[in-house]
Amino acid sequence: MIRGADIVVRSLIAENAKHIFGYPGGAIMPVYDALYDYSDQIRHVLTRHEQGAIHAAQGYARVSGQVGVALATSGPGATNLITGLADAMIDSTPLVCITGQVAAHLLGTDAFQETDVVGISMPVTKWNIQVRRAEDIAPAIAKGFHIARSGRPGPVLIDITKNAQTEAGEFNYVPCLSIRSYRPYFEIKKDEVQKAAELIKAAQRPYVLYGQGVVIGKAEAELKAFLDKTGIPAACTLLGSGAISEEHPSYVGKLGMHGNYAPNMLTNHCDVLIAIGMRFDDRVTGDLKRYAKQAKVVHLELDPAEINKNVFADAPVLGDCKQSLSMLTEAVEINSHDEWLSRFKELELLEKESVIANDLSPTKVGLTMGEVIRFINQYKADDAILVTDVGQHQMIAWRYFDYKTSKTQVTSGGLGTMGFALPAALGAQMYDYSRQVICVVGDGGIQMTIQELGTIMQTKAPVKVVLLNNNFLGMVRQWQQMFFDRRYSFTELDNPDFIKLAEAYSIKASKVSVRDGLSEAVADMFLHDGPYFLEVVVEKEDNVFPMIATGCSVEEVRLS
Amino acid sequence: MNRYTILIYTENFIGILNRITIIFTRRGINIDALTASESRLDGIHKITIECAVTEEQIIQLVKQIEKITDVIKAYYFMDTEVVYQEIALYKLPIDSLDASLEKVIRQYNAHIIAAEKEFVVIEFTGHKEDTQALLETLKPYNLLEFSRSGRVAIAKPRFSVSEYLNNQTL
Repeated sequence: MIRGADIVVRSLIAENAKHIFGYPGGAIMPVYDALYDYSDQIRHVLTRHEQGAIHAAQGYARVSGQVGVALATSGPGATNLITGLADAMIDSTPLVCITGQVAAHLLGTDAFQETDVVGISMPVTKWNIQVRRAEDIAPAIAKGFHIARSGRPGPVLIDITKNAQTEAGEFNYVPCLSIRSYRPYFEIKKDEVQKAAELIKAAQRPYVLYGQGVVIGKAEAELKAFLDKTGIPAACTLLGSGAISEEHPSYVGKLGMHGNYAPNMLTNHCDVLIAIGMRFDDRVTGDLKRYAKQAKVVHLELDPAEINKNVFADAPVLGDCKQSLSMLTEAVEINSHDEWLSRFKELELLEKESVIANDLSPTKVGLTMGEVIRFINQYKADDAILVTDVGQHQMIAWRYFDYKTSKTQVTSGGLGTMGFALPAALGAQMYDYSRQVICVVGDGGIQMTIQELGTIMQTKAPVKVVLLNNNFLGMVRQWQQMFFDRRYSFTELDNPDFIKLAEAYSIKASKVSVRDGLSEAVADMFLHDGPYFLEVVVEKEDNVFPMIATGCSVEEVRLS
Repeated sequence: MNRYTILIYTENFIGILNRITIIFTRRGINIDALTASESRLDGIHKITIECAVTEEQIIQLVKQIEKITDVIKAYYFMDTEVVYQEIALYKLPIDSLDASLEKVIRQYNAHIIAAEKEFVVIEFTGHKEDTQALLETLKPYNLLEFSRSGRVAIAKPRFSVSEYLNNQTL
């Protein structure tokens, strides 16, 4: 018999969790007491806020492909996890979050720091449970890890009452391998693959859209093999970036509201649309009534609820795309689509002339976000990880960052959580200190979780923070300019001296406001051994283009 | 919009009903009736939900319900595909019980299931139209209280949850 709190920690160790991110408090104190004894087997990272802890766990999960673990106390500790849970839910990130809860006899009495976190988190967790007895802890954690990482991954919350942590129970860790009510995988139906293959074989202008499902399903090699054989043009979603090299001949660019011109425009000109591990988010499709209506749709997808949710699939293939892609590759013929590919190249030229050139090599005085990314590309390592926040800098960094390998992109896609980047970058860095982690962030977003500079200080995580400062909530300002008659309602920011702030946290910092010296500043940042904070003051009122305005069709993508 | 009956087989865990109902809440869909009870199988609960939605909506709803970890299986049916009943109870003052009321009770094949000093309680089972018709008929008799259950249903098409569970492959 051992203490429930020890069961918690030993269960986490049994699940091979190497890092946990958390913040202590009354109702989780027994677990923290237990952690003290296991610090040689599991590393706890003390963040400065529970939201920081869960975003760090997300960053960790996204680059490692493993389950991220966050720990918080009851009440406010638990409620501070909610944004991260919602973010992980919509971006399919595997997490196990453990929260302390008041003792079982106090449940429902409005005890100090009691909150119904199981109720609150229900819509934003894949599964959650409250545990009130020590012997139920290990089975709950085993089940939680299985659910979090299997099938379409997602966040799990396990709420453990204080008495369960202090009471003793038997500990015999049995990993959970199956749950009778839960089917995370499906046997792929050969006839579904065949039907998809027939459509692809007959297609004149087939077009692949791939998303994060390829990354989660570790199907990067299978996607490449499929594209190598078929020569079909392929575009990625925000979270699919990096799944294949952008130098692959089939790669034509990025989809969505601020994606590339050709991939959006030509969605309405293909005859067969092959969606792989993506969910037709509204930021990708624009107006659904005018989305790819001319095309037959093939949809390779693991989550049955995603099939026919937004776009009707003529040939759905339910199952893990790692398997279905290899089956499909076998069933299709060697082909090439040079003429069709050249249409993408033609439109790409248009985008290069009217947008990309000005973004990357501007002639105006003010610095652009794009040129900062250009210098990052110049000096970064091939396997550097880009972590971004939400807004203009996110779209620009995504558009121009040179993705060379998979799992190099960490951003808040579905939920659009400002404040995500700094803690997520810390989490990504904790997974591997030897990898470059570049945190590109705006002046709005960084201030939502800026306290995590303290965690970077304490852990010495060598995160390279690149603050693109336009003293505006830039994306909102852009919309105000375009759709609200330039009425800049509460989007301009009076910012603190970020350099002093970074230095207050003992983080080496520098600031660039003019083009001269930008290149050197970026180079210096990468040369520095340890965390670094680079502030670049950019043009105040730059806009991100191309753009598909809300309610518009993908064909109405604008270049200015 | 069509009227559908959803049959859901779930593990008997705390909070499962909440997980199911928030799927409706989030989409702004009203649940017209809901019943929950143990099923034929040990430890497995059966939840019956009645709602009026489009075909597209019902397909999506049932997929979302089935996605819940602790839901074993969910099915949906049109009214023609299920045999269903609702039970209604009607409370009337004892002095309303005259020959004409007794005739009504006989006509409807309803039953008096409780008679107290002050009141009687009549029970009647049928579809909503039937229990509603009796409600209208009884109103002039100084109806005191009325209570109607949600629908309980048995599907006509053959399916077996126990077979489904036995055929589970990972």
